[in-house]
Amino acid sequence: MAEVHIRKIVKKYDDVLAVRGIDLDIRDHEFVVLVGPSGCGKTTTLRMIAGLEDITDGEIAIGGDVVNDVPPKDRDIAMVFQNYALYPHMTVHENMSFGLRLKKFPKDEINRRVDEAARILDITELLDRKPKQLSGGQRQRVAMGRAIVRNPKVFLFDEPLSNLDAKLRVQMRIEIKKVHQKVRTTTVYVTHDQVEAMTLADRVVVMNHGVIEQVGTPTELYHHPRTRFVAGFIGSPAMNFIACNLQDEGGQLKLRVNDTLTLPVPAARASKYAQHKGNGSVLLGIRPEHLTEARAQLEPGVVAFDANLDVTEPMGMETLVYFPINGETICGRVNPAAGAKDGAPLKMAADLNQMHLIDAKSGLVL
Amino acid sequence: MTAAVTTNSASAAGPRYGSMSNDRKWALRWSYFFLILFAIFFLTPPIYMLITSLKTSQEISAITNPWWVYNPTLDNYRELLSSNQYQRFFLNSSIVTICVVTITMLISVPAAFALSRMKFWGSTILGMGVFLTYLIPETLLFIPLFKMMAVFNEITGITLINRWWVLLILYPTLTVPFTTWIMIGYFASIPKELDEAALIDGANWWQTLTKIFIPVALPGLIAAMIFAFTVSWAQFLYPLAFTTSESQLVLPVGIITTLIKGDVFNWGQIMTGALLGAAPPLIIYAFLMDYYIAGLTAGATKG
Repeated sequence: MAEVHIRKIVKKYDDVLAVRGIDLDIRDHEFVVLVGPSGCGKTTTLRMIAGLEDITDGEIAIGGDVVNDVPPKDRDIAMVFQNYALYPHMTVHENMSFGLRLKKFPKDEINRRVDEAARILDITELLDRKPKQLSGGQRQRVAMGRAIVRNPKVFLFDEPLSNLDAKLRVQMRIEIKKVHQKVRTTTVYVTHDQVEAMTLADRVVVMNHGVIEQVGTPTELYHHPRTRFVAGFIGSPAMNFIACNLQDEGGQLKLRVNDTLTLPVPAARASKYAQHKGNGSVLLGIRPEHLTEARAQLEPGVVAFDANLDVTEPMGMETLVYFPINGETICGRVNPAAGAKDGAPLKMAADLNQMHLIDAKSGLVL
Repeated sequence: MTAAVTTNSASAAGPRYGSMSNDRKWALRWSYFFLILFAIFFLTPPIYMLITSLKTSQEISAITNPWWVYNPTLDNYRELLSSNQYQRFFLNSSIVTICVVTITMLISVPAAFALSRMKFWGSTILGMGVFLTYLIPETLLFIPLFKMMAVFNEITGITLINRWWVLLILYPTLTVPFTTWIMIGYFASIPKELDEAALIDGANWWQTLTKIFIPVALPGLIAAMIFAFTVSWAQFLYPLAFTTSESQLVLPVGIITTLIKGDVFNWGQIMTGALLGAAPPLIIYAFLMDYYIAGLTAGATKG
């Protein structure tokens, strides 16, 4: 068990900067998820923690010791790979005990640890099988078992669920969470799937273009994104961005979207945004769940408007509706009973109490 | 599926157009035709050898049907197998081949591992270079090599020429490049994560090679071994040029030099000797054929 400290680490491949000097402190027992689109540097960062990539500049410390020049085997870490990387010629037991056998652990100790890990992962009956005879989910468990038996300071997961089908992925996600609750090892987990990040993490690190956009708990990121990138990346369906004009109309701060649609900023937010009035290039960020069908009684801060639906997607418990504003397709979530139909008009309501205002130039949430 | 659909519509009525099963039938006919043709072409010489080996010298030189044995005899086999000379050739060949296969694998497996996994400066060019050396035929190499041995002898006083063990130095120049190339290809098909997992598990390069790569690449390893075996067992030019004394000869050269005396060809024994010489590769192929094919086609189908 240990803390991980990352100080201004940089990774450069020839002329390409993959990681541009990031700082990150991971606490003991913490489950941290690095998330971002492909090429954002998340896997590279993980591999630098593992010692599989050299660090161009900066410093990584595990458990207080700087490990920049320490080979992977001496870093006391365990890694779970995307394609499991099980040794195909060894049984599950041999796979899990390989590291311990290399370190010349006594046989009793090896067996005790393997049995313990197998029990945690519920794979006791698979110990004599070869990886070929296992299903994807079982292989994933074995790969985790191989990490657990080592009892390392840090677990590293590199997109471990992306090879599984959707249903199994959800199941294994819960499994990973359970295992972490049991063994409490500091964990760094890389994924491109923001749902995985939100559900698993104590803290999520959103990366983009080799830098950290924001670090925070899943709820923090969801409700208080700091940049447009984070706002758009976290949440599914993604947040809508509507270009508009922030202007003062008779003492009331308003968002002018187009000639027919002007949205008043709720009083609670007005003071916060007042200093930006006159900014001609702001984006209204609003999540689909805050664009619903209009009810008869509108609460304060909720504004009704007319929308012409292009497409509707009935999901069962809700219906996703898509309609154009200024040529952009906007997504809303309405009650299935609201009678949303393809090509039909619908009275929508925007809950501006939940709005975000983003400066289009800097990409920062105001 | 297409076949089923076509058959249905054809049976319904109307003209019959070509179908998949029909195409398949013709493809099979042509395959069998050529397979039989080539089988005849390639099997005729060994069958002729077998027939000749069962004849006496008188019968061979008599004007009878050469494809039929009138008085079958095992005398040729008896004489050859009890001849000290032939046993010596066989033993020399065996020792040379076993040593060469061992040396080849000891060099090419670590070389392939280094070239495919340890990214070092010039490893790609070196990998290409290894293969290119295989493209130079031995007929071009044996004279310079002979000269090198002679110069080595002048400088050090150590005689290499006309010693059977000089072949242990010469044969690997033929086998190592190709086996290294096979192994590079095979190792390349092993996912990178596997050695990274081993690295994190605490294995060093040597342990990764012996505990992970060699077991995983076993079919490729066996394919490479069979290749090295075949090349050293059948090698003719180098032993012909570098060894002359009867005690130093290997089988292919030994048969030719001792059983052809001037213009007298002892055909019965030549054929018997060649046939017996062909037996070991045949036996090894029969046992390891599955591995050999798996080794040569690996990577092509691995998902």
